[in-house]
Amino acid sequence: MKTTMSFADEISNVMYATGTRGLNSCIQCATCSATCPAADYMDHTPRRLIAMINAGLKDEVLASNTFWTCASCYSCSARCPKEIKPSELMYALKRYSIWHRRYRSRLVGPAFSRRFVRTIMRTGKSYEPGYAPAFIFEGGPVGMVREMRFAMRLMARRRIALVPSRVKRVANFRRMLSRIMPLEGVA
Amino acid sequence: MKRYAYYPGCSAETVSASYHVSTLETGARLGIEFQEIEDWNCCGATPYTNIDELLAHGLCARNLAIAEKAGLDVVAPCNACFKNLHHANAELKADKDLAEHINFALEADGLHYGGAVNVHHLIHVFVKDVGLDAIKKQVKQPLKGLKVAAYYGCQLVRPDRGDGFDPEAPSYFEDLLKTIGADAVDFPYRLHCCGASLMIANRRAALAMVRDLLRAAVQAKADVIATACPLCQLNLECYQQDVNREFGTKYKIPVLYFTQLMGLAMGIEPRKLGIGTEVVSPQPVLDCVARRPAPAAAAAPAKPAAAPAAVPQTVKAGQP
Repeated sequence: MKTTMSFADEISNVMYATGTRGLNSCIQCATCSATCPAADYMDHTPRRLIAMINAGLKDEVLASNTFWTCASCYSCSARCPKEIKPSELMYALKRYSIWHRRYRSRLVGPAFSRRFVRTIMRTGKSYEPGYAPAFIFEGGPVGMVREMRFAMRLMARRRIALVPSRVKRVANFRRMLSRIMPLEGVA
Repeated sequence: MKRYAYYPGCSAETVSASYHVSTLETGARLGIEFQEIEDWNCCGATPYTNIDELLAHGLCARNLAIAEKAGLDVVAPCNACFKNLHHANAELKADKDLAEHINFALEADGLHYGGAVNVHHLIHVFVKDVGLDAIKKQVKQPLKGLKVAAYYGCQLVRPDRGDGFDPEAPSYFEDLLKTIGADAVDFPYRLHCCGASLMIANRRAALAMVRDLLRAAVQAKADVIATACPLCQLNLECYQQDVNREFGTKYKIPVLYFTQLMGLAMGIEPRKLGIGTEVVSPQPVLDCVARRPAPAAAAAPAKPAAAPAAVPQTVKAGQP
């Protein structure tokens, strides 16, 4: 009897509560890749990524930027003839790679996600300037100037808050989230 | 008067304040009261689902529980907030164990969610609950001759929610624009993605997606792009200069919220609709409104473009 889970099984499990069919029902029709607006910027197209998962190429899958390049537009999920919901697969791979600390260190996506979640844990509301450290250094000095200019553009139109806003019952709010999952170490 | 529990979302306080005020203004004209969800919190956007799905559901559930206490259905003006709240709501209604777990957490804030709430997107409330006929009655200055690209975005239509709104070939946005007298151009990219938070995670990919959208709108000869989502608006408008720099293009097309266009057609003063905070000037839209004869003069047979040419521009356009 098989005692260890295959990588495809693991990922299917991380896709809990998504009402999807297992990845092994994929027929490799590439509707997902064809409809994906970000496929050009991925190491592997969504179709190929599914094939790689089913082939057990765990290291190669986790080293790819594919799932961090998904914009969650749900085009693939709407059109997959086997109802696999590839957009949920991308979310599942993001979670898996964060939990296992297996994402590529140079990617902005994981750092941004973790910073975002930490902010919400603290205040209950989003505050854009707080996320800047996750990506502002990415483009070097040129990128930093560019980001500053962008922020000033919005600030001049009073479209960036100078002070973060927060929920009123913030202590209750934090206790509520810690009852779902203590986040130490994950975010 | 119809009442809804209104979920503004974090961007309503800052980057999309104009969407927020124009929603309240147009809603009031249509006899809708948007009662803000008391002490609402962030819907989790996408990053929460990147870290943990239960947490993401928990965040949404708190907002749903507060709305349930007020006995009202939830309306969200943002595509992503709508997607998250709607998705969490469906999951909580379908899965008792999940609801039990989340309710244990909600107790920490003295709340409980029983699953009695429905979640709607703002534009769906306008086209379905209010109805195009009722909207038409409030139109004082039809936006005649204004060519508008109706941009739905992604999460407004996808995933399919089985609520009667077609995810592949919707037409309600165009219908709404026609109702306020505008000309809805044929815009093939209307369901394409604006890049959303990819603007941070993979800037070049997102800029290319925005470029494609802008190109399609310009090719369709649109004067303005109408959106129903703060993130779409931010990416399409505020990053236009970045697109131009990256790809050597020269796009300069205004991007307004559909509520702002509705408000202008209803004769509401532009300033009250948050107009004046754009990065790309919406002047072509305001000029179109200014060219329209005043409601009283509209009865008289057309006297084309005589005096209105001298109408003081921008924010003053709606004043006597």
